[in-house]
Amino acid sequence: MIIANSPLLSIVTFLPLLGAAFICILPKAADGNARFVALWTTLVTFIVSLLIWINFDITSSSFQFVEEQAWLGPIKYKMGVDGISMLFVILTTFLMPLCVLASWESVEDRVKEYMVAFLVLETMMIGVFCALDLILFYVFFEAGLIPMFLIIGIWGGKRRVYASFKFFLYTLLGSVLMLLAMMAMYWHAGTTDIVTLLDTKFPRDMQFWLWFAFFASFAVKMPMWPVHTWLPDAHVEAPTAGSVILAAILLKMGGYGFLRFSVPMFPLATQELAIFVFALSVIAIIYTSLVALAQEDVKKLIAYSSVAHMGYVTMGIFTVTAQGLDGAIFQMLSHGIVSAALFLCVGVVYDRMHTREIAAYGGLVHRMPIYAFCFMVFTMANVGLPGTSGFVGEFLTLLGAFKINTAVAALATTGVILSACYALWLYRRMIFGELDKPGLRGISDMSLREIAVMAPLVVLTILFGVYPAPVLDVTAMSVKKLVSNYEAAVRPTAALLAR
Amino acid sequence: MTTFLAALGPVYPEIIVALGAMALLMYGVFRPETEANAEITGWLAILILAVAAATVALGPVSAESLFEGAFVSNAFTNFSKLLVLAGSAFALMLSFDYFRRLQSLKFEYPVLVLLASVGMMIMVSANDMISLYLGLELQSLALYVLAAIRRDNVRSSEAGLKYFVLGALSSGMLLYGASLIYGYTGSTNFSVIASVAKGKAAAEHIGLIIGLVFLLVGLAFKISAVPFHMWTPDVYEGAPTPVTALFAAAPKIAAMTLLVRTLHDAFPGLGPQWQQVITVLAIASMVLGAVSAIGQTNIKRLMAYSSIGHVGYALVGLAPNSSEGMQAVLVYLSIYLVMTIGVFACMVSMHRKEGPVEEIADLAGLSKTNLPLAFALFVLLFSLAGIPPLGGFFAKFYVFAAAIKGGLYPLAIIGVVASVIAAYYYLSIVKVMFFDDAKEKMMDVPRVPGMVVAGATVFVVFFAMFAGPVIAAAAAAAKVLKF
Repeated sequence: MIIANSPLLSIVTFLPLLGAAFICILPKAADGNARFVALWTTLVTFIVSLLIWINFDITSSSFQFVEEQAWLGPIKYKMGVDGISMLFVILTTFLMPLCVLASWESVEDRVKEYMVAFLVLETMMIGVFCALDLILFYVFFEAGLIPMFLIIGIWGGKRRVYASFKFFLYTLLGSVLMLLAMMAMYWHAGTTDIVTLLDTKFPRDMQFWLWFAFFASFAVKMPMWPVHTWLPDAHVEAPTAGSVILAAILLKMGGYGFLRFSVPMFPLATQELAIFVFALSVIAIIYTSLVALAQEDVKKLIAYSSVAHMGYVTMGIFTVTAQGLDGAIFQMLSHGIVSAALFLCVGVVYDRMHTREIAAYGGLVHRMPIYAFCFMVFTMANVGLPGTSGFVGEFLTLLGAFKINTAVAALATTGVILSACYALWLYRRMIFGELDKPGLRGISDMSLREIAVMAPLVVLTILFGVYPAPVLDVTAMSVKKLVSNYEAAVRPTAALLAR
Repeated sequence: MTTFLAALGPVYPEIIVALGAMALLMYGVFRPETEANAEITGWLAILILAVAAATVALGPVSAESLFEGAFVSNAFTNFSKLLVLAGSAFALMLSFDYFRRLQSLKFEYPVLVLLASVGMMIMVSANDMISLYLGLELQSLALYVLAAIRRDNVRSSEAGLKYFVLGALSSGMLLYGASLIYGYTGSTNFSVIASVAKGKAAAEHIGLIIGLVFLLVGLAFKISAVPFHMWTPDVYEGAPTPVTALFAAAPKIAAMTLLVRTLHDAFPGLGPQWQQVITVLAIASMVLGAVSAIGQTNIKRLMAYSSIGHVGYALVGLAPNSSEGMQAVLVYLSIYLVMTIGVFACMVSMHRKEGPVEEIADLAGLSKTNLPLAFALFVLLFSLAGIPPLGGFFAKFYVFAAAIKGGLYPLAIIGVVASVIAAYYYLSIVKVMFFDDAKEKMMDVPRVPGMVVAGATVFVVFFAMFAGPVIAAAAAAAKVLKF
C-alpha cells in the first residue's frame, strides 16, 4: 500500500538527476567516485523501476501510478504508465547500469561530466515514457538532446562535431513542428492532458495536419527512410555507451510517439496515410539492408541495420492490428536489447584495437571464444532466428501486415533474408577465418567486467525468444484498447452493428 | 500641498529616479574624481533604482491617468517598469569591474543610466504623442552618450556617432508620423486618437494609416526590428560591453512596451492594418536574426543579431492582437531580460591580459579552464536557443501558442524554423567552449558579475519549476489591455 501511494514514477524519473547533482558536488579529482555514484544511482533506479513492474496490474488497460500536480495553469505535471510505456521505462533503467559499466575504462577524460550527462539523459528518457501531459512530454523529449549532444560532441570520434550538430539540428527541426501541433491541440481541446486527448475527437482535416506534424518529429527520431541519415553519423561518432543509448532508447521514442499520439489520437488520418508509412517502411527494410551490406565500418553497419529493423516497427504499428502492435512493441524491446548488445560488442574490440573497420579484424574466435559466443547470439537475434527475441517481433509484425496488405508483407519478408546476409557476413569476416592480422595476435578475451555487462543481455535475448509471455502479457490490455478504439473511430457503423 | 503630492502617487518612481540622478550628479561633481567614488555613485544609483522598483511594486495597481491623460499607470506599465529597472540595475552592476580593468571608471556613467531609465519609464507610461516623444528622446540622448563613453576609444566613439545619426533620423520619422496623426485626428492623446479611428472604415483613414506607418518605423528602429536594424551590430560591437548589456535589455523592453501600448491604446480600430506590418517585421527579424548571426566571429555582433531575432519572437506575440499574445510578450521580455543580462555578464567576466575577450575563437576550451563559467554560458545559450526545460523555451512557447490561437500558422511555422537555424550558432559557441582544445587561461571572474551570472543561470534552469508566479503576473498585467 505504501508503494501504491508513493510517487514511484517521479522517484524513478528524478533519482538519476539527484545522482547527477551529487556527482557535481564531489571534489575535483574524484573520477573513481563519480563512476561508483553513477553505477549505484542507476542500479537503485533500476530496482525502483522493478517495483513498478511488480505492482503493475496487467489486467487493466488504463494508466497506473498516476500523479498529478499543478504546474503552469492549464498545463499539469502529470505522470503515469500503461502497458505500452511501462516496458520502455524498464528497458531504460535496465540498460543504464550496463552503460555505466561499459564506460568504466573506455572513458578516461572528464569522467565526472560524462556521468552527469548520462544521468541527466536517463531522467529525460524515463520522463518521456511517463509523461501524461503534452507539454511535459515535449520538455522531456527535447531536453534529452542537450546531454546527447554533449556526449557525442565531447567524447565522440574524429567527426564528432559534425555528427553532434547533425543529430541535434535534425531532431530539433522535426520536433518544433510537433510543438506547434501540440499548441493547436491545446486550443482545440482546452487541455494538454494526454488521457483526455486520447478521447478527444479532432475534426478530420485537422487530424491530417496534426498527424503530419507529429510524423515529422517521430519519423526523424525513429528514424525512417529518407530522414535517417543523421543516425549512421551519430552512431559512428558517439562513444560506445552513447551508441547503446541512442539505438536502444532514443530511437524507441519515435515508435512510442506513434503508439501514444499518432495512431490513437488521429485515427482517421492514420487509416488514410498508413499506406504511405508502409511504403516508407518497406523501402527502409530493403534499401537500408542493402546499404548495410556495403559498409566497411562495423558501427555503421549496425546503424543501418537498426534503420531496417525500425522499418518493421513502423509497419507493425500502422497495421493497427493486435498482432502488428504487439510485434512492434516486442520488436522495439528486442532491438533495444540486441542493438545495445551489438554496440557493446563493438566497444569491446574497439577498446582493444581502436578501429571500427571490419577489415582490420578476422579470426577473433581463436583468441576470444567467449566474445565469439556472445557476438554469435546477438548476430542471430539480429537476423531474427527462431529461439531468439528478434524472431518474435519480426514474425508478429509480418503477421499483422499480412492481414492488412499482402504485398507489403511479402516485400518486408525479403528483409529477413537480407538481414541474414549482412549480419552473417559481418560475423564471418570478423570472427572466423585465419588470425593473420599481426595486431590481433595479442588480443585478450573479455574481462570479468565485460562479461558482467554481456551476460544479462545474452540471457534476456534467449529468454524472450523462447518465452515472450512476460512482455506480451503486460502490453496485451493496452494494445487491445488501442485497437478497439481505433476500430470504433474509423469504422463507426461496423462497430455499431457488432454491438 | 499634501493632496497635490498624493495625486502624484503614480509618478513617484519616475520622480525618485530623476531626483536621484540629479543628486548623484552633484555628489559626483563635488567629490574627488577617484575610482572609489565612482563606484559609490554606481551603487547609490543601483539603490535608487531598487527604491523606485519597490515603489512600483508596492504602489497602487489600479489604473490611473495623470497630467490630462498624458501619463498612465496600471498593472501593465508596472510590470514593464519593473523589468526596465531591473535591466538598468543589473547592467550597472556589470560595469564596475569592466571599467576598472580598462581604467575608465567614471561617475557620469551611473548618472546617465539613471537618466536613461527615467526616459524609459516615461516611454512605458506614455499615453500621448508628446510624452511618448519626450520619454523616447530623454532615453535616446542618454544612450547616445553612453555608447561613446570611452571617448578615447575609436570604436566606442564611432558607435556613439552612428547611433546618434541613425537615431535622429528615426526620431524624425516618428515625429513626422505623429504630426500626420495629429493632423488627421486633431489630438495627440491616445484615447482621442482611438475614438476617432474607431468609428469609420479603414479606407477613410488613409492619412492616419500613413502616420501610423511612420510612427511604426520610428519605433521599429528603437527595438531594432528588421529592416530598421542596421545600426545594431555596429553599436553593439563598438560600445563597451556593459553598455551593450544595457542596450540589449532595458531600452528594448521599454520600446517594446511602448509599441504594444501605442498600437493597442491608440489604434485599436486599425488592428488588421498594423497586424500586417507587425507580422512582416516579425518574420523579417526572426529570419535575418537567425541567418546573419551564423557568420559572425565577434560575440557582441553575434548577440546583436541574436537580439534582433528575439525582437522578432516578441513581435510574434504582438501580431495576433490578443490577450494571450500580450501576456506572451510580457513573459518573453522577462525571460529575455534575464538571459541577455546573463550572457553579457559572462562576457564582462571574461578578460585576458591583452584586454576583454570578444572573439568567439577566444573561448576555445573554456570548459577545461573554467568549467562553472562555461557551464553557465552553455545553459544561457541553450536557453536563448529555446531548448526545454530552460526558461527560453517557455518564452517561445507562449508567443507561438498565441500565434497559433490567432490562426497565424505561417508566422508560427517560419518562426520555429528560424529558431532551429538560430540554434546552430548558439551551438557553435557551445562547440568552441566544450569540444575544442583549451587556450590560455583567463583572468579570474570578478565577484559581482560572477554573482549576476550565477543568478541568471539559476533563474533559467529552475524557471520551469517556479514559472507560475511570473506567468500569472504577466496574465494579470495583460488583462489591463481590453480586447
